[in-house]
Amino acid sequence: MSKIDSRIPEGPLALKWTHYKEHQKLVNPANKRKIDIIVVGTGLAGGSAAASLGELGFNVKVFCIQDSPRRAHSIAAQGGINAAKNYPNDGDTIYRLFYDTVKGGDYRGRESNTYRLAENSNSIIDQCVAQGVPFAREYSGYLATRSFGGAQVSRTFYARGQTGQQLLLGAYGALSKEIKRGSVKLFTRREMLDLVVMKDGRARGIIVRNLFTGEIERHSAHAVLLATGGYGNLFFLSTNAMTSNGSAAWRAYKRGAYFANPCYVQIHPTCIPVHGDYQSKLTLMSESLRNDGRIWVPKKIEDAEKVRKGELKAKDIAEENRDYYLERRYPAFGNLVPRDVASRAAKERCDAGFGVGPTGLAVFLDFKEAIGRLGKSVIEARYGNLFQMYEKIVDDDPYQTPMMIYPAIHYTMGGLWVDYELQSTIPGLFVGGEANFSDHGANRLGASALMQGLSDGYFILPYTMQNYLADQISVGHISTDTSEFDEAEKAVNERIEKLLSIKGTETVDSIHKRLGRIMWDHVGMARNKEGLEEGIKLIRVLREEFWKNVRVPGSNKGVNIELEKALRVADFLELGELMARDALHRNESAGGHFREEYQTPEGEALRDDKDFMYVAAWEYAGDDKEPVLNKEPLVYENIEVKTRNYKTS
Amino acid sequence: MDLKLKVWRQASPADQGKFVDYQVHDISPDTSFLEMFDILNDELVEKGEDPVAFDHDCREGICGMCSMFINGHPHGPEKATTTCQLHMRKFKDGDTIVVEPWRAKPFPVIKDLIVDRSAFDLIIQEGGYVSATTGGVPDANAIPINKENADLAMDAAACIGCGACVAACKNASAMLFVSAKVSQFALLPQGKVEAKERVKKMVAKMDELGFGNCTNTYACEAECPKEISITNIARMNRQFIGAKLS
Repeated sequence: MSKIDSRIPEGPLALKWTHYKEHQKLVNPANKRKIDIIVVGTGLAGGSAAASLGELGFNVKVFCIQDSPRRAHSIAAQGGINAAKNYPNDGDTIYRLFYDTVKGGDYRGRESNTYRLAENSNSIIDQCVAQGVPFAREYSGYLATRSFGGAQVSRTFYARGQTGQQLLLGAYGALSKEIKRGSVKLFTRREMLDLVVMKDGRARGIIVRNLFTGEIERHSAHAVLLATGGYGNLFFLSTNAMTSNGSAAWRAYKRGAYFANPCYVQIHPTCIPVHGDYQSKLTLMSESLRNDGRIWVPKKIEDAEKVRKGELKAKDIAEENRDYYLERRYPAFGNLVPRDVASRAAKERCDAGFGVGPTGLAVFLDFKEAIGRLGKSVIEARYGNLFQMYEKIVDDDPYQTPMMIYPAIHYTMGGLWVDYELQSTIPGLFVGGEANFSDHGANRLGASALMQGLSDGYFILPYTMQNYLADQISVGHISTDTSEFDEAEKAVNERIEKLLSIKGTETVDSIHKRLGRIMWDHVGMARNKEGLEEGIKLIRVLREEFWKNVRVPGSNKGVNIELEKALRVADFLELGELMARDALHRNESAGGHFREEYQTPEGEALRDDKDFMYVAAWEYAGDDKEPVLNKEPLVYENIEVKTRNYKTS
Repeated sequence: MDLKLKVWRQASPADQGKFVDYQVHDISPDTSFLEMFDILNDELVEKGEDPVAFDHDCREGICGMCSMFINGHPHGPEKATTTCQLHMRKFKDGDTIVVEPWRAKPFPVIKDLIVDRSAFDLIIQEGGYVSATTGGVPDANAIPINKENADLAMDAAACIGCGACVAACKNASAMLFVSAKVSQFALLPQGKVEAKERVKKMVAKMDELGFGNCTNTYACEAECPKEISITNIARMNRQFIGAKLS
């Protein structure tokens, strides 16, 4: 029997989660004290889960890679968090949020999970307000909202352009409270390098490296939760933080957890364009800017050429000579189409020769009309910090001249496969937040990542992990002195020694940059069969070169940042191949996965629901063997599956 | 641009440490300060030398991880800017740039430019939160909050916990950091219930960890990359006195 059992509860969609909670198993308060839980990652999902599990009385050990749990990359989320509160009275409901999310995901997400996400959305806002998260408010004193892509209602709650920061500090506060209380023990500057799975198949621990001392540590627990984020940094240049990586998930995959839909990568349409070889990361300009900014390129190709050469400025181009291509192509949603649609449209215009900026790989995001209509002070109040950040990086004033933006790697919808309980195919290994695959299908809508992280952490995992742990109360303390721990630690040490012993000539970053280039060119915004096959070959060649010729100076003692990076890039070199392989097998276009062979005459993504309406869950079979494809069929009982239409309402 | 760097190198917490001179060449003015360090480190690795260890993560000015003391200023010369958002166009060709770690007793140096800021976590753990547990809270719109206070709370909550205020202060005082968190909750009805205990415990912890007192030099406000206002310290002092008297 395949291990793919999504364990979706019986009953009507709107009652499944209630039904689950009514019938799940619980652990009584005295027994919770006998149970240890490991949480890896302190972003929105990990931080909120660790705090909530601690409040319930479990012994929680939480691990983060930075010097403080407050610095996880959730902190960088700008625009907002969705909830179906319907405070503006504009027709929102839980069903509508669910529907928009499934449609935005191009009908490739699991219906029951997405519904539960929408159902939890309102409780998240309540929880965060109770914690003192300073959401934006109207003069009435009530909460303000704004609109995001893929929605026709105003359901996005926000704290200026720092919503992720404020929500994360809320979760960090809750976590700090539990650390003080003694229910949660904090381990900072630790990076997970392997998962420990016992002979009975259960996940029982992790191997981490102390990034200060270099020591390899063993930690055991009755269950492990990974909330380690996405793998966007595979591309080298992305909007992710520098230490964001895919290693925890990849190590779990190599220990038997299935990896689902790795090819679904989100390319965010509004980022500051690439400007040089030395560049280390890309910076996002929040999607919220599309509420008031209008995206355009010159209508005449000769104007575009002059703009690129610096002979013509945006303001010199008359209104009738501007092509507001999103408003032209998608009249119903205009500038607020979903991210995948907006990114592809920008690429289409630039590829056709209408791009601006020195490289021709940029489009204008223009606030002139909004400033004229609302005044500069209103725009400043809404987006001031984003405008400031843009000016610092680009050295240009967006109040005066339009911003220039281009798509960049931002988020990974793919991740470890989980069932309805967010449990992977390894019993006792749970996965939350961006690290799992479950709620966004092939494309995530804006302001839904924060929603998912907190829904998983505050309101799902404390229930589902308890259901798993209910029969673990008599197991007793899990020893780290076992052959499984020995084996895992030995494998980690061997990997480190091997990396340190190569002493080649290429730096880790130079190989990582080359990997990123291969991924962007062959497994990026537009993919095709030949390109993907070529990409796989190139990744393999590069992987071989890495293991022969990488230079990692220093030793395993103390701080060794090159070693940290090398361990991550080694895993990216494997994960990249799986991503390309997944993209190659999926002979359709869906959401963030666009195959050039599968498009409509108008250039829109063309799905193949007959053959590809499933989750592709890849199973590791050995380093020298091809991974096995397992399929979880997607069944839509509550939504009519259609071609996504953002042209008419 | 060609630049001369004087960088603090310290192999371990126990090592005495010293400045080491480096040269970097052909740096684009559009390079960020940390990217300039990436270039330096790439060269050091190629030469088989130990790269300079420094903290950084998001590189968009929000995580609070980066922490370089540049030419006598935490996060360098540009106002309201973290090190990661500082660009080389703010320097001139041929400049000498001195780069040190945060210097404060409660922030011990771990290696080169990396310091240990866990002391900030310990202060927050004393009460830098509202003790609402998950679930069982009222509807978000049940508590209207006037916009002025909500905005002031957000101003205070914008602190990124980088520690520049401590590094800037001759007393290594953490008053701006602590007062930002105390103020956020003092301004919101949700924070009122635990207000007195919060301010007493957080201040006591700050003192216990060895942070100095505030002598009103305003250096913290001037150097804060998020422009956290010194009025938060005044608000915390009022809270503290009120809590002690009651």
